[in-house]
Amino acid sequence: MATIPRITFGEATFSCQPDESLLDSLLRQNIQVPFGCRQGVCQACLMRSIDAAPPESAQAGLKDTLQTQNFFLACVCHPEQDMTVALPNQQGAFIEANVIKKQLLSPDIIHLVLEYQTPFNFFAGQFVNLKRPDGLIRSYSIANIPHAKNVLEFHIRRLPKGQFSNWVHEELKLGTALSLSAAQGACHYVPGRATQPLLLIGTGSGLAPLYGIIADALTQGHQGPIHLFHGSRDLNGLYFIDELRELSEKFNNFHYVASISGDNIDSKHVKGRANDIALASIDSLSGWRVFLCGHPEMVNQSKKMAFMKGASMADIYTDAFHVLQADS
Amino acid sequence: MSNSPETTSSQSLYEQLGGEAAVNAAVDIFYRKVLSDYRINRFFDNSDMEKQAAKQKAFLTMAFGGPNNYSGQDMRTAHARFVKMGLDNSHFDAVMENLCATLSELNVPQELIDQVSAIAETTRNDILGK
Repeated sequence: MATIPRITFGEATFSCQPDESLLDSLLRQNIQVPFGCRQGVCQACLMRSIDAAPPESAQAGLKDTLQTQNFFLACVCHPEQDMTVALPNQQGAFIEANVIKKQLLSPDIIHLVLEYQTPFNFFAGQFVNLKRPDGLIRSYSIANIPHAKNVLEFHIRRLPKGQFSNWVHEELKLGTALSLSAAQGACHYVPGRATQPLLLIGTGSGLAPLYGIIADALTQGHQGPIHLFHGSRDLNGLYFIDELRELSEKFNNFHYVASISGDNIDSKHVKGRANDIALASIDSLSGWRVFLCGHPEMVNQSKKMAFMKGASMADIYTDAFHVLQADS
Repeated sequence: MSNSPETTSSQSLYEQLGGEAAVNAAVDIFYRKVLSDYRINRFFDNSDMEKQAAKQKAFLTMAFGGPNNYSGQDMRTAHARFVKMGLDNSHFDAVMENLCATLSELNVPQELIDQVSAIAETTRNDILGK
């Protein structure tokens, strides 16, 4: 006879009865969580299991990246074992990490490397909130895959009035401790379907998550072609050009195009917007996996175009870099 | 999707169509048709595509005779702002046309398309706020 699963949510622990969904049991405890259709469609009751893998049926229709991260829909979740659950935006504790490297990649973009001591789980391409000692917080994408050295790499672009980015560029010193949140976001590589073609389009420091995703895919033995299109308005937003060319020499299935979209710029790179060049070069995206990172307008336009060109909605992963207008 | 003409009548429409897998196969095709249809795409533009696809999936599940708890009142509330934008019978007809074309493309037999069509038709007055 099966035991009744115990559910932990924050400070509360309670049982989930056999005839009720996890959502029902939360509501019975007067725990307010968002919900809508109660039939696994609207995804308003999206939650995450911190420990046990949720039942597969509670993950139907979710993006594979969210499934990998143990997200599920509470309204169709009938727990089979004890679970500790949380809301998607519920912030875990911040951990500390020290600056171990700062290096300019282009006049605008700095390579920041942090080292952490506390165990930390992430997928390359996810983002974290970085908090400086006075409490100012900004989100940055992780550009590397997890490895034994316990480091996180970021590409931080200096924005004209960016409080955080200018501080990183000008004042942040080696050895300084920053706080960082748990890794978030659903734009990352999931193993399996190793022969699927991948299309990655990024503008400016939108290359950061893509660089991590490519490293992840290649490390996990992705066999299908991987096409990266990196673009910028001017030369200050292009970087890692040599590294990416070397990568394309080392891996036959990796292809790289750098482009410049601004007028009257003399460069050896392809002229035009990265997304226009990418989408014009491929007739059909049916069966492709598509990653779009960087300028929000580029991401939204390309998302629609990639879908219209045949990519399935479930196979399009995006990370739009929204910039706070006033004091970014 | 079922191509077999000998599907037994004891199966529900949803089962004959192929259940959730059939809805998944249909949703991208249907949504693509709607977005490229100049008569109606202004009602579908500028929305979160992921959420929009989830809604289309709910609609298709309902029209396929699958599990749903669509209420007429919800449909009215959700479409009220589009009615203000001029949503009328011609737009509803266009959506129906795209729905049937999607099913044809997936080789669904005509008699099943007619059944799907009849279910979708029952939402007309609620969607148009009549």
